[in-house]
Amino acid sequence: MSTRKIEILVGLFVAIAVGAFLILALKVANTGFAGSGDTYTLYAEFENIGGLKARSPIKVGGVVVGRVAAIELDKNYYTPRVRLEISRQYDNFPETSSVVILTSGLLGEQYLGIQPGFIDETVHILKDGDMIEDTRSAMVLEELIGQFLFNRD
Amino acid sequence: MVLKQLQRMGAATIHTIAGLGRAGLMLLGAIIGKPSFRKGAPLLLKQLYVVGVLSLLIIVVSGLFIGMVLALQGYTVLVKFGAEQMLGPLVALSLLRELGPVVTALLFAGRAGSALTAEIGLMKATEQLSSMEMMAVDPLRRIIAPRFWAGVISMPLLAIIFTAVGILGGHLVGVDWLGVDAGGYWSAMQANVDLYQDVFNGIIKSIVFAFIVMWIALHKGFDAIPTSEGISRATTETVVTASLAVLAFDFILTALMFGG
Amino acid sequence: MGIVPALLNSRFICNMENTLSDFIVDIQNMSFSRGDNLIYDRMNMTVAQGKVTAIMGPSGIGKTTLLKLIGGQLKPDSGDILFRGRSIPKMNRSELYQTRKDMSMLFQSGALFSEMSVFDNVAFPIREHTKLPESLIKIMVLMKLEAVGLRGARDLMPAELSGGMARRAALARAIALDPQLIMYDEPFAGQDPISMGIVVKLIRALNNALGLTSVVVSHDVTEVMSIADYVYVVAEKHVIGEGTPEQLRQHESPLVQQFLKGEADGAVPFHYKAAPYADELMELL
Repeated sequence: MSTRKIEILVGLFVAIAVGAFLILALKVANTGFAGSGDTYTLYAEFENIGGLKARSPIKVGGVVVGRVAAIELDKNYYTPRVRLEISRQYDNFPETSSVVILTSGLLGEQYLGIQPGFIDETVHILKDGDMIEDTRSAMVLEELIGQFLFNRD
Repeated sequence: MVLKQLQRMGAATIHTIAGLGRAGLMLLGAIIGKPSFRKGAPLLLKQLYVVGVLSLLIIVVSGLFIGMVLALQGYTVLVKFGAEQMLGPLVALSLLRELGPVVTALLFAGRAGSALTAEIGLMKATEQLSSMEMMAVDPLRRIIAPRFWAGVISMPLLAIIFTAVGILGGHLVGVDWLGVDAGGYWSAMQANVDLYQDVFNGIIKSIVFAFIVMWIALHKGFDAIPTSEGISRATTETVVTASLAVLAFDFILTALMFGG
Repeated sequence: MGIVPALLNSRFICNMENTLSDFIVDIQNMSFSRGDNLIYDRMNMTVAQGKVTAIMGPSGIGKTTLLKLIGGQLKPDSGDILFRGRSIPKMNRSELYQTRKDMSMLFQSGALFSEMSVFDNVAFPIREHTKLPESLIKIMVLMKLEAVGLRGARDLMPAELSGGMARRAALARAIALDPQLIMYDEPFAGQDPISMGIVVKLIRALNNALGLTSVVVSHDVTEVMSIADYVYVVAEKHVIGEGTPEQLRQHESPLVQQFLKGEADGAVPFHYKAAPYADELMELL
């Protein structure tokens, strides 16, 4: 086996591996909003975040516009505080917008849904570091069942 | 009687620890020291061919079949819950996180690891290593080091190829045969697979496994009793020890990466 | 080929320096044991510069071990081994590797690298230790192969060589870097009479032509007696007899005489250590 042939075959091997990695990186994995894109940050406080996790998607009408960057607990009021990272592409949400924790399907993972509010002269557009005031907490199945049982009596 | 048992256990422990020590010294001798590019590069290339390229076929074929089987099995379960849209993530995550690195490591231990053990054991038995040493050429640098690095480089590449081929195999069965929606297969996969959490962790696993398999294979060859029986035993030991070590480390790594 | 005289010349200068001690290898009070098994007990031995020194002895007394001790692959338990006046066991790794460039060893099996052709095998030490251009390496290799009569076999793989040819190829490799000392481990074992004759002739010829020092370990009495300048007979952890072949033939030790004449029974008993035969038979009855 000549050195030249070995060089070519090893080169092919590496090329195939790089190709396979590109398939994994681009077609299989979700590379969007991996933290590297140009984003801005908003905050939102909830009473209960349910099963929301860091890196859960943020959607507007089903379109992913960002990801949950972090969840921490406010030390004064003990309410969960969620940091949202939203793509710069979507930087015109008015302050009247609301955030909801939604569930995909009955048992699926939870995500954040933003419902854009109305705009007039008195309404500001949300900027980097602003807080979204209007939030609705996660639907917790146990509480729902409890309410259902309670109401029936 | 008890004393004798105790004695034997002690001797076995000391034997094992001494073996570990020799293995450590071998690895240190092989990978520490300034590498010479002029001499090292052709040797590494040759070993990349022997260890990597020659393992490619078995990796591709196994990857394809494992992906197909995963899709078939997954589909029959998922369809009961009407969740066949989740077939993509099921196949992709199983392959990326577990099957890709682990099965590649097991196949690699059987294909390349055992061959390396036998090769080095035979070189020892025919006094080639000794004569190299007498020619003032360090066999650890000349023989062990290029094989070690070739393995550590090849295995993650093979695991990546295995995983990609497996996912395509899953597509073949799930989409082309069982009729899962193609768009759903890929989009559900993309929604659930994360580049860092899943892809990179899988590759890290594979690098760790490569280190383990190559270390065991080379040490067993280098430490083999230089007879035909000793070499055949060393070859068997390579496959058994490397496979068990890979599975044990897989548990530890999984607990560290995905458990918390 | 202006290289050869130059090489011989440099060797000559080396010899001048070393005339202080005529011994290239000097083993002093050396003991070595493997596990609990004592192999050498305070043994003394010297190898004279420029001579063929043979070490003979029954099999299983660790003659190969002795060569490995001289080569620094094993370390003695006590005592010292001097190579050109410098202690082999006390050398650090890089000094040892430097020293090994001046010695070489011909292994019993030849130990050719099985994945390289004969040419590459002979070129191996030159490529490893020098930065000579490939054209010069080719000249050197062909010279060495010519010396052992295998110039035509340069493109064969070791697996295609007969045992005798493999040993000659290995000899070409051993002299590739013009060592000062060459150690032969059982060079005659398992050879047919013709290749044995070739090896005998080569050892003598190389010794005379290149001015190197040879150590031959063997138990083939006739061949050794025909080429050696000085012979050691080693048995029972010691040197039991030494001298020129002539002196040895006159040696008074019964063990030496038994070994030289190849008698089945004598000072070395035919029977492995055992209980008396009659007793053991009686027990079975």
